[in-house]
Formats: sequence, C-alpha cells, structure tokens
Amino acid sequence: MEWSGEAIAIGTRRLGETDAILEVMTRDKGRWLGMVRGARSRRLRPVVQPGNTLSVTWRARLDEHLGNFRVEPIAERAGTLMASGSAIFGLQLLGEYLRLIPERDPHPRLYEALALLVEYLDDIPLAAELMARFELLLLDEMGFGLDLSECAATGATEDLGYVSPKSGRAVSHDAGRAYHDRLLPLPAFLVEARRDAAPDLEAVADALRLTAFFLERHLFAPRSLSLPDVRSSFERAVLAKPQR
Amino acid sequence: MPQSVVGPEIERLIQLLSRLPGLGPRSARRAALHLMKKKDLLLEPLARAAAEAAASVSVCSVCGNLDTRDPCSVCSDPLRDASVLVVVEDVGDLWALERAMATRGRYHVLGGTLSPLDGIGPDQLNLSSLMHRAQDGEIKEIILAVNATVEGQTTAHYVTDMLAGTDVRITRLAHGVPVGGELDYLDDGTLAAAMKSRTPF
Repeated sequence: MEWSGEAIAIGTRRLGETDAILEVMTRDKGRWLGMVRGARSRRLRPVVQPGNTLSVTWRARLDEHLGNFRVEPIAERAGTLMASGSAIFGLQLLGEYLRLIPERDPHPRLYEALALLVEYLDDIPLAAELMARFELLLLDEMGFGLDLSECAATGATEDLGYVSPKSGRAVSHDAGRAYHDRLLPLPAFLVEARRDAAPDLEAVADALRLTAFFLERHLFAPRSLSLPDVRSSFERAVLAKPQR
Repeated sequence: MPQSVVGPEIERLIQLLSRLPGLGPRSARRAALHLMKKKDLLLEPLARAAAEAAASVSVCSVCGNLDTRDPCSVCSDPLRDASVLVVVEDVGDLWALERAMATRGRYHVLGGTLSPLDGIGPDQLNLSSLMHRAQDGEIKEIILAVNATVEGQTTAHYVTDMLAGTDVRITRLAHGVPVGGELDYLDDGTLAAAMKSRTPF
C-alpha cells in the first residue's frame, strides 16, 4: 500500500531513541499516523515539527498497518510560530480538535481551513477570527453545525444578533431582545458575507464563547472531556493583545 | 524453541541491559559478556556502584534534579548566583548546561514538557514549586532553557503566562545558527528565527 501527497504535521510522538510517530492532516486521506525512521536525527527533527507543510509518502504492507512515512519539507514554519504565544497555543489547540475526528476519515474543508489558519496563527486578531471559523466548521463537519443563515423565530436573514443555545440556530436582534440573557451573542463578522474592517476584540471574544459552548456540548462532554486547557491559553494570548 | 545457553541470572542481566538507552538485545549480550569476562574489574564494581546509587539517589526537593543529597549539589552550592534560575525540561538538560559551563545560576527541572498527545498537562510537571520559587523574592531572572520544539516552546509560553504577575525578568535561549552550522544546510525555520533574532556586530 502506498500513497503520496501534501500534509500538515499536527503532532509528533517519540518512538524509541531515533524514530517518531508522525501525525498529519491531509486533504484526501484525513488525519493519518505513520512512523518516521530517523525522525530524531539532526536533519529530520526540524522537519517533523507540528505546523510544517510536508510532502509525505506513506507505505505499508497492509492498509491497516501503521506504516512508514517518508517526509520532505514544503513549508517549514514551526520555527516562526514558536516565537508567538497565540501561534504555539493555536497549533496545539488545532491538534486537539483534529484528534476528535476519526483517523483516515477525509475532511477536505477542514484541511483547507487548517492550511489557511497555520499561515496566520501569529497574526492577532486574525488568528482568533479564523480559529472561531475553524471551530464552526469543525462542528459542521462532525454533524453539529449551527444554522446562522436566518432567524429561527421570524425567518429574517438580516440583523441576526443571537444564537439559541437550545437549537443552535440564529435569532434576530428584534426577536431575541426579550430573551437576550438566555441567548448567546452572535458577532456580526460570523454572518456577514463581506466587511471592511477587522472585528474588535469584544466580537472575537463573543465568537470564541459561542463556539466554546457548542464544542463543549456536542464534541467534548459526550466523550467525558472538557475543553482543552490550551484553549484558555490561546484565548488569553489573542484577547490580551492590542488591536492592529 | 532454542534452549537458552545461559542461566536465568545472566538472561535477566541481558534483559535489563537491553532496556538501557542505546542498547538493543544484541549489544546488551555483548555488554553482559564483557562484564562477565572482567568480573573483578567491571562487573563487581559496577554492581556495587549501582547498589550504592540506588540506595542514596533521590529527587532534589528544591529543583527536581537527581542527586545523592537533598538539596542537590547545585542547590546547596553557596557560590551559585541565587538571583538567576534556569528552567530545563529534564535532568539531562541540566547536565548539558553544566558541562558547557554556560551559567552559574541555579536550576529548576520541569520533568518534561506539555504534550497533549502523550497526556502530559500542567499538573504532571514540576510547575507549582517553580511558582513558589519565583515568588520568594530572591530570584530576579528566570531563563527558559527548554528545547526548540513545538512542545518545548508551548511549555515556555505557558510558564511565561503563569509567571506574568511576578516581578521576575523572563528570558529564553536564542534560536539560530549552531556553531559549525552552514547556512545552506539549515532548515528554513532555524534560518528565519536566526534572521529575526539577529544582533548588532
């Protein structure tokens, strides 16, 4: 069995003294693990760091085997990402999210979003905005997508300002005013098709609160898990910094 | 199944040696044979040294180093600069810095790095005692000497976050061109980091 393609490294685990298990995300094959021989060598150690885009060839005798990766770097960005708190915490958080999806289950949209996000993880507040969008996409890919297209009460497609925690559907400002303390704020940047300015930190914080609620309810709590600690670190890193 | 050519004691010795870093079953057999051939010169002194070390080795209650005394030799050395604390991942890193005579400060051994893949969170690391040491007023600078890996740097950023409220200067090791390194052979990440952290010449 063999395939080749582009992949983004999301995790590395030591195996013995010289090898490692590399975990990558690919467009067509989903999350995939394989052994990299000599991964702890001086040449390969920087290559297999999470965040790097790699050209990988996976080989195994049988499809169900762990198999071996041969890796070549395409974009080595881990060194740059390490310098930024938002980037390094974001990278770990993305790994935690992608581990929720089954191995070898293709999610091309998640791969595309991941490829975009790793480019901007050290760009605040864009990283936070993209992370919130990634989290919405993750919910959607896992079958728990929010319906932010129209108001659940009136059917209006304009002036949406809340999300119902019960149904995960958008609610307009007018319809939700009376229940605003029981609804989750919906930042405008998540529903606007286009905009001229970057969202402010309050809107980004609202978006992260919104996605946290549904991630915890649909993806983490059923697995008896809580949201990863690294998410709080990511939030602190992206929300503490001044606006661009 | 082939019958063993050595007794169970020697089999046990080979088995234990093969679990040491750098040794596999074949090299463990060679090492065991060598030890047995030089019983008086090597095997018996080694057994005695191992027994003595096993009886007295302990984890330093101050820094997490391994030594036969507590506090360890580094923590109890009065000539050390008590205002500088070097945070390392493992005892091996402490030994490496001591070999290089890179600092006269004291150390704090975390005992690993944050690694979600391996299930290592903040609670599994020696972080609470680091916080106590940082707050005692004696320390002026904490140097984060962790590995330049994503996990090492995640830990460094986490420690920086944790110590944000203390009145301590936090620094980290530079990332860049190693001694003897040729630019043509360096990875892109190291080159980018080296360019970013360039210094006046």
